[in-house]
Amino acid sequence: MSEQYTADEMMTVAAARQLRAGTACFVGIGLPSTAANLARATHAPGLVLIYESGCLGAKPDRLPLSIGDGVLADTADAVISVPEVFNYWLQPGRIDVGFLGAAQLDRYGNINTTVIGGEYTDPKVRLPGAGGAPEIAASCGEVVVIVRQSRRTFTERVDFVTSVGYGGGPGDRARLGLRGGGPRTVITDLGVLEADPDSCELTLTRLHPGVTVERVREATGWPLAVADELSTGEPPTAEELAVLRALEATMRTAA
Amino acid sequence: MAKLVPLADGIAELVRDGDTVALEGFTHLIPFAAGHEIIRQGRRDLTLVRMTPDVVYDQLIGAGCARRLVFSWGGNPGVGSLHRFRDAVQNSWPGPLELEEHSHAGMANRYVAGASGLPFAVLRGYTGTDLPRHTTNIRSIDCPFTGETLTAVPALNPDVTVVHAQRADRAGNVQMWGITGVQKEAVLAARRSLVTVEEIVDELTPVAGQVVLPGWAVTAVAHVPGGAHPSYAHGYSVRDNAFYVAWDEISRDRDTFQEWIARHVRDAEVQA
Repeated sequence: MSEQYTADEMMTVAAARQLRAGTACFVGIGLPSTAANLARATHAPGLVLIYESGCLGAKPDRLPLSIGDGVLADTADAVISVPEVFNYWLQPGRIDVGFLGAAQLDRYGNINTTVIGGEYTDPKVRLPGAGGAPEIAASCGEVVVIVRQSRRTFTERVDFVTSVGYGGGPGDRARLGLRGGGPRTVITDLGVLEADPDSCELTLTRLHPGVTVERVREATGWPLAVADELSTGEPPTAEELAVLRALEATMRTAA
Repeated sequence: MAKLVPLADGIAELVRDGDTVALEGFTHLIPFAAGHEIIRQGRRDLTLVRMTPDVVYDQLIGAGCARRLVFSWGGNPGVGSLHRFRDAVQNSWPGPLELEEHSHAGMANRYVAGASGLPFAVLRGYTGTDLPRHTTNIRSIDCPFTGETLTAVPALNPDVTVVHAQRADRAGNVQMWGITGVQKEAVLAARRSLVTVEEIVDELTPVAGQVVLPGWAVTAVAHVPGGAHPSYAHGYSVRDNAFYVAWDEISRDRDTFQEWIARHVRDAEVQA
């Protein structure tokens, strides 16, 4: 019998399981940072966390509330300038995994974090914008997207391409000269989608326990491709839940 | 040699209406006190430049100091949206705000080009995104050696850059450490610069990971202890995370925002 857990906890645990020791991971604040620190505190102690504030190999013992939290600088192998992060580390392809969120995402993993609705100059909703994401999406070995799944977010077309996934389909990344592998995996609160190696289309490959294909289709704004061999993931273990909750408690104390 | 000046004099002398102004500091060492002094002195029509226009620019935008914003990420880090920034873009309140939008890699390289005395920087960036359709300052360029198509962005050379640092000596040599972001490039790219510091000391003791800006590369230094609050100065203060969370409520409503600015900025008692 496993413990009770929330859909968000399942999503974070699934994202953490995706990360392997010995790889370097570019981490943004929020769900990616939580997942990466959970991985480091459980199965992947050797995971190298890189924060765009210039902290290479940060080893925080609590969850940072911002990417420039002092605990990141205190525990990093090296603290470098922001131009150096992007020019020497990200651009040449030294970072294996880039972790991104999304306000909108399409079937080819193109991401919008800029504007929703209306015109660019007169949007319905103005979002924070690009940050490091366009070049993370371009240059990391692969990209993992972590995002709650709904029709509002999983849209047929994104209103603005902030970060390129597979563009309009197969061959587009090569045509654009993007050197990284692109969004291989999308982890949501309902399951896991993976880019099909031939069509590049995001395909449902794994359900979280208790979730049906129907429910995932309902939360997707395009006709969702489903893998022939659809699996169901393992629920969070007691250890994963305990470590995750302890980490999240450190953030509440800090705030 | 950098002059040691009171903050109000430094802002009065170095930041003028219509200027292009960069306040830098990547979460750490954000020059909030200097931003508040710009609001108190009622600067107008500024082009505000900053990679991460977070709470400090939300305050300047809401207070009506800005005409234009050059940036790459406009949010309240770890909390959510910037309501004054959104209100300006979506409803032109308190006035219209023109945007020039980039990615972090693009902005960082624009400062590097500015600091290097070059007209532009080259990077692998923006390709395939919608940003170049709206930002005319993003162009493509063919490598003269390989023929590969890359991206070019123009140098950023602010009229004035303002940063906060831990220490300066009496000759105006500035020392900062911890996360130092893009401040060195932003200061060297600017025509004028003002550095607020936690402490003025007789001699700068070396610190691991330090960045030192020689006094002859800085225009003025002002002694402003706590000048980064609610951001922090590594070794002197910790980030006031609760304030960033509270800002969400304060800034959501125009009246609440204006009351806050009146009480905590315009009518605040300022140390000389």
